[in-house]
Amino acid sequence: MKVEGRALRGIVLLLVFGGIVLPILAGFWQTARAAFGVMPALGDRTASLAPWYTLFALPGFATSLRLTLVTGFGATALALILATGFCAAVHGRIGPQAAARMLSPYLATPHAAMAIGLSFLIAPSGWVVRLLSPWLTSWRVPPEAITVGDRWGLALILGLLVKEVPFLLLVILSALGQIPVRRHLAQGRALGYGRGIVWIKVIMPQVYPLIRLPIYVVLAFTLSVVDVSIILGPSNPPTLSVAVLRWFSSPDVNRMMPAAAAALLQAGIVLAGIALWWAGERTVIRLGHWWIGRGGRGLSAEPGLWMASALVAGLMALGALALVVLLIWSWAWRWSFPEALPQSWSARNWIDPSGSWYRALAATVEIGLATTGISLALAVAWLEGEQRVGGGRLRWATGLIYLPLLVPQIGFLYGLNVVFLEAGLGGSMAAVIWAQTLFVFPYVMITLSDPWRALDRRLVAAAASLGATPLGRLVRVKLPILMRPILTTAAVGFAVSVAQYLPTLFMGAGRIATLTTEAVTLSSGSDRRIVGVYAILQSALPFAAYGAAILLPSILQHNRRALTGGFS
Amino acid sequence: MSLELVDLRIAPRDTSRPLFRPLSVSVTGGEVVTIMGPSGIGKSTLLDAIGGHIGPGFAVSGRVRLDGRDLVGLPAERRRIGVLFQDAMLFPHLSVGQNLAFGLPPGLRGRTARRAAVEAALHQAGLAGFNDRDPATLSGGERTRVALMRSLLADPRALLLDEPFSKLDADLRDDIRGFVFDHVRRRKIPVLMVTHDAEDAAAAGGPVVRL
Repeated sequence: MKVEGRALRGIVLLLVFGGIVLPILAGFWQTARAAFGVMPALGDRTASLAPWYTLFALPGFATSLRLTLVTGFGATALALILATGFCAAVHGRIGPQAAARMLSPYLATPHAAMAIGLSFLIAPSGWVVRLLSPWLTSWRVPPEAITVGDRWGLALILGLLVKEVPFLLLVILSALGQIPVRRHLAQGRALGYGRGIVWIKVIMPQVYPLIRLPIYVVLAFTLSVVDVSIILGPSNPPTLSVAVLRWFSSPDVNRMMPAAAAALLQAGIVLAGIALWWAGERTVIRLGHWWIGRGGRGLSAEPGLWMASALVAGLMALGALALVVLLIWSWAWRWSFPEALPQSWSARNWIDPSGSWYRALAATVEIGLATTGISLALAVAWLEGEQRVGGGRLRWATGLIYLPLLVPQIGFLYGLNVVFLEAGLGGSMAAVIWAQTLFVFPYVMITLSDPWRALDRRLVAAAASLGATPLGRLVRVKLPILMRPILTTAAVGFAVSVAQYLPTLFMGAGRIATLTTEAVTLSSGSDRRIVGVYAILQSALPFAAYGAAILLPSILQHNRRALTGGFS
Repeated sequence: MSLELVDLRIAPRDTSRPLFRPLSVSVTGGEVVTIMGPSGIGKSTLLDAIGGHIGPGFAVSGRVRLDGRDLVGLPAERRRIGVLFQDAMLFPHLSVGQNLAFGLPPGLRGRTARRAAVEAALHQAGLAGFNDRDPATLSGGERTRVALMRSLLADPRALLLDEPFSKLDADLRDDIRGFVFDHVRRRKIPVLMVTHDAEDAAAAGGPVVRL
């Protein structure tokens, strides 16, 4: 049993290493070569620093850099503060089940769709202004202000918050489940500390180590995000990641090498950003110990908590309205400013004579199913191998799982595409599926790990004592009992796949269009009704997947009351 | 049939301090030997070691012999040692009948033959008509009875009981104990039971070993 467990684990590690780590390294290597002026395809074979000088001299470079840092750090710090405050204020008032139900629409909606919805909401001609005009504002034409794409990146930060706050809420709530919060709160308050202060001084120091990696993931994401930034961020100059994408896709081949240099710089920014955050943690810990040691009871943290919760509620409302306005636009026919609702409705937006949204939908589903299937099979093999060998997960294995989420996509996707093109595999469906699996697998692994380990091992022992082989125990006992969490995991994986933008763009070499790539492309200046159709389809897919994950077990395993995922 | 432990010693790998003194016990067919000890001493771990379910965190030395054959190194599924846990551990995704069929050896072929064996077992357990029931709807006593029948259908050469009665209501406990002990005695199966309830030991009527 142990030998074959080791063999299984070895195979999985080999697959993960060969399929994830090596390609990322190869991608970075190619990007780095181009960044230092080595591009054999263009006849450049000698290394030089010229691309970097060109990059630093490019117009708007400094602004792009500043924008990236401000929006990335700003969105992450704000999201963490708001999510923490919200949890402190509502913990114990909302059950974990209800919270998960409340959060899942926000988690399921792809970033791009949410960003498009927000832009339809907060634009000068957006729904918010329409709802308030002309009775309150007396505007008959949209005001001349710039709300979407403002030069400080505020709309971008807002868009990131609407998606990242729910993610952090989910992470914090699940971490709180591992801590005796109620007893610690009672203990702290019995010692004379206010509720809010107990949260800051007692609960959060225990929660933080459990959510550190997801926070790094959020930081890496907000520092390097492309699709949300294209939709909500300033366009001239844009954030660095968008600038890199523009230079890469520029018809001017001379932009290629500085683009590679910028992609490498982007990776450096994320690494340095995580390092800086880590250093910040050390400082906060040191200051915190001193602060806690002074024993101040500070009864006044409560208002801060309530303000954070109010802001989170506001973000949630914005997110919900964003989805509603997408739906309205996709069915609107005539909707002139400042009407609160369309004057006429129509299904014509959905009529698609050239079949373009249908093709994008089919490609999205196909890629989503394939990536989810591959990731799920790999994750089950990994977890099963781990369990058969026994013992916990090794630290570096956790690092391996998180790696693709911590390195910026744009840093290695360009180089990877070069590798694929040289191997004659560029622009194929297989290349896109594989590139997306890099980012789907980590989420699948993270989602499935806890339920897998929570399965009562005595059930498995009972099966073994009845003569079931290791494979039999997996197929006949573990998988069916874990059907619900496995399907939920599949839905998460599918949602992640649907939302992928850069991997599809780079590895598809522009030949493979998904709902996400189409929606982002159309978002700049196209007909809102058509964009609405794409964005609605894009969010409908993950919703359908989550719905299936809830419905299927109730149909297939109806009349099995204890099947809540194997928790005893 | 007989189950024999010779100088069995279990130690966590990180401390290497054995959980209890080396244990030597011999159980003959139809006999119920009770092992008692305070909670946390490793009674369940002992049964894990005998049944082959122990994790890699423990080092096991000594001998476990079943009908004279040494079991060390044999995987759990080939040891033919049944186990009955506190919570019965019926598979929640299967019906009562499917749970019982899970125990039936694959050598028994044909849908009708297997179905008949399951029905006979249900009947013996006083649970006729329970074939399609969801295990979650059974009472504690019913679950224990199904779990025992499931173990017996696999035709075990020995049976381990891990405090199987401790969660049952007091008035039910005698009944279920009687049911379990009657069945194993009739089938001449050697039984090793761990418990911290002196009444369990008295009802078993066999030798008592203290860890």
